[in-house]
Amino acid sequence: MATLTYRDALNQALREEMQRDPNVFLMGEEVGVYQGAYKVSRGLLEEFGPKRIVDTPIAELGFAGVGVGAAMAGLRPVIEFMTWNFAVLALDQIVNSAAKILYESGGQVPIPIVFRGPNGAALQLAAQHSQAWESWLAHIPGLKVVAPATPADAKGLLKSAIRDNNPVIVLEGEMLYNLKGEVPDGEHIVPIGRAEVKRPGSDVTLICHSKTVAVALKAAEQLAEHEGASAEVLDLRSLRPLDEAAILESVARTNRAVVVEEGWPHSGLGAQVVDVIQRDAFDQLDAPVLRVTQADVPMPYNKQLERLAKPSPDRVVAAARRVLYLD
Amino acid sequence: MATATARTASTSAHTELERRMLRQMLLIRRFEEKAAEAYALGKIGGFCHLYIGQEAVGVGSLAALREDDYVISSYREHGQALARGVPANAVMAELFGKATGCSKGKGGSMHLFDAGRRFLGGHGIVGGHIPLAAGIGFAIRYKGGDQVCICYFGEAAVNIGAFHEALNMASVYKLPVIFCCENNRYGMGTAFERVAAVTDVVEHACSYDMAAELVDGMDVLAVYAATERAADRARSGGHPTLLEVRTYRYMGHSMSDPLHGVYRTKEEVEEQRKRDPISQLALKLKEEGALDDAALDALDAEVRAQTDEAVRFAEASPDPEPAELTTHVLAD
Repeated sequence: MATLTYRDALNQALREEMQRDPNVFLMGEEVGVYQGAYKVSRGLLEEFGPKRIVDTPIAELGFAGVGVGAAMAGLRPVIEFMTWNFAVLALDQIVNSAAKILYESGGQVPIPIVFRGPNGAALQLAAQHSQAWESWLAHIPGLKVVAPATPADAKGLLKSAIRDNNPVIVLEGEMLYNLKGEVPDGEHIVPIGRAEVKRPGSDVTLICHSKTVAVALKAAEQLAEHEGASAEVLDLRSLRPLDEAAILESVARTNRAVVVEEGWPHSGLGAQVVDVIQRDAFDQLDAPVLRVTQADVPMPYNKQLERLAKPSPDRVVAAARRVLYLD
Repeated sequence: MATATARTASTSAHTELERRMLRQMLLIRRFEEKAAEAYALGKIGGFCHLYIGQEAVGVGSLAALREDDYVISSYREHGQALARGVPANAVMAELFGKATGCSKGKGGSMHLFDAGRRFLGGHGIVGGHIPLAAGIGFAIRYKGGDQVCICYFGEAAVNIGAFHEALNMASVYKLPVIFCCENNRYGMGTAFERVAAVTDVVEHACSYDMAAELVDGMDVLAVYAATERAADRARSGGHPTLLEVRTYRYMGHSMSDPLHGVYRTKEEVEEQRKRDPISQLALKLKEEGALDDAALDALDAEVRAQTDEAVRFAEASPDPEPAELTTHVLAD
């Protein structure tokens, strides 16, 4: 196994899939000459040329739509958004075009396209640049949504996304791009729709995805060290479809759960997870399921306020203590 | 002698083309009249935007294109679907929401699709499909083909960002797209000049260094010729064109909108009807001796029978099975 950064794992996935399939191309702001705003596409212009690594104007709605149109005519576009904050301008194309054309055409026109880019808060970027969009996107039938937390999952899920015949949203993380981890050698594919236990445990399940996996893992360490509690960390990896079986299997063993996410609490993704648990694991629960989310405010700029707004290991530990009735 | 024979053959081929276009325009007119009737009877639901008055645009432009070219449109697309050759039965059945409809009853009036004929919708958000057309053009260029994509939209879509983003990218990437703006003067009930700083749509092309042409949309032959020029431009170097085709819709914006409403006068509609594209072409063919009243009546009877049959077919067709509710959400 090689140790790679999350960024290089994504880069490998793009390179391998572009080598495998000449219909795959990458389009977005700064993906070519600049080598990617976050260097995910480093070296790809040199290898594949400007026909397949396409720099765009700052026109998210426009180039997202160009991607969907290209998919309608048989290509497999990968559309990079510099961040998902800017992709809000392209929501019409994602929601009204990409997600609906197969259905409204009675199955005639599939849209095999990937929309990818960093999601959620980084550091002190303030309100407009620090948002987690997964609950918006996972709400839409016709889309698949994945949110890898590790380099191995980033590579494996992006490859699956590119090969999928549907629109797939890949939520990356600016704070994850430098994260290092082992990536299996050779062809490495992670199927969409499967969660993974990142740390086994028996007393409480911490359900998380993307950046909150690291938060949950730290919380699990603290719980083990200070409370003697064994927390299982379940990384959803795929937010639509949701691996309901994995959630239920874990909760059946631990009887307690805390859902951790970067999004806002109201109508958040965690609420969907809680719905699955209360519906199908009601009898196994020993405590109400709690959620740890971003504070219900636009993200502040000030460093201390920002820290208070984000999900943290301490907040996860506090929630876990409550469901374990340790308070 | 050989030249004279060739000219005769070519004249006769052209007359044949004109007769075909006349038939298509008549078919669309009668089809839309039937759709209006069926809507009033509650057999067609939702929004239903008729093409009456605008027939020359879809018919003239599509007659100039090839079968392997791509077509994409807005929600006022019944006429273009018919002109593209989507069977009237399948279009009417779609309006009725039936399983035999061209989108299996799941799209309706605003989402007609026929992938085999490269008719790629039917899109309901004003201007939202214009970038899709650029994307189809991108795919054509990517694969090295010489097809074109024609994209229809109303003049009201010109005020939307998607129009500008798409035209810019089509020009920057040299995409083989014909942007066909059907300027029927009103975005729903709002006269274009009340909401547009630049009222000649064709002027927008200069912002994107794009070829453009202003076309009389009540003259099917003018539409045909302008589209042919645009298609040549696209095929020879992948250059896009903006066509502003001046036309007029006789009916309301949709079936829920009265004939002329409060935003235009009855007199204005009557005045525009004098430029009727079907009457104009019929008159030309009569003057050339290529058509007489009896032939026109016969043609009209033929398309009326065809649209009657489309209604009969749609009525007799089954609704989609309940299980169809959850199919086609995702592809395999």
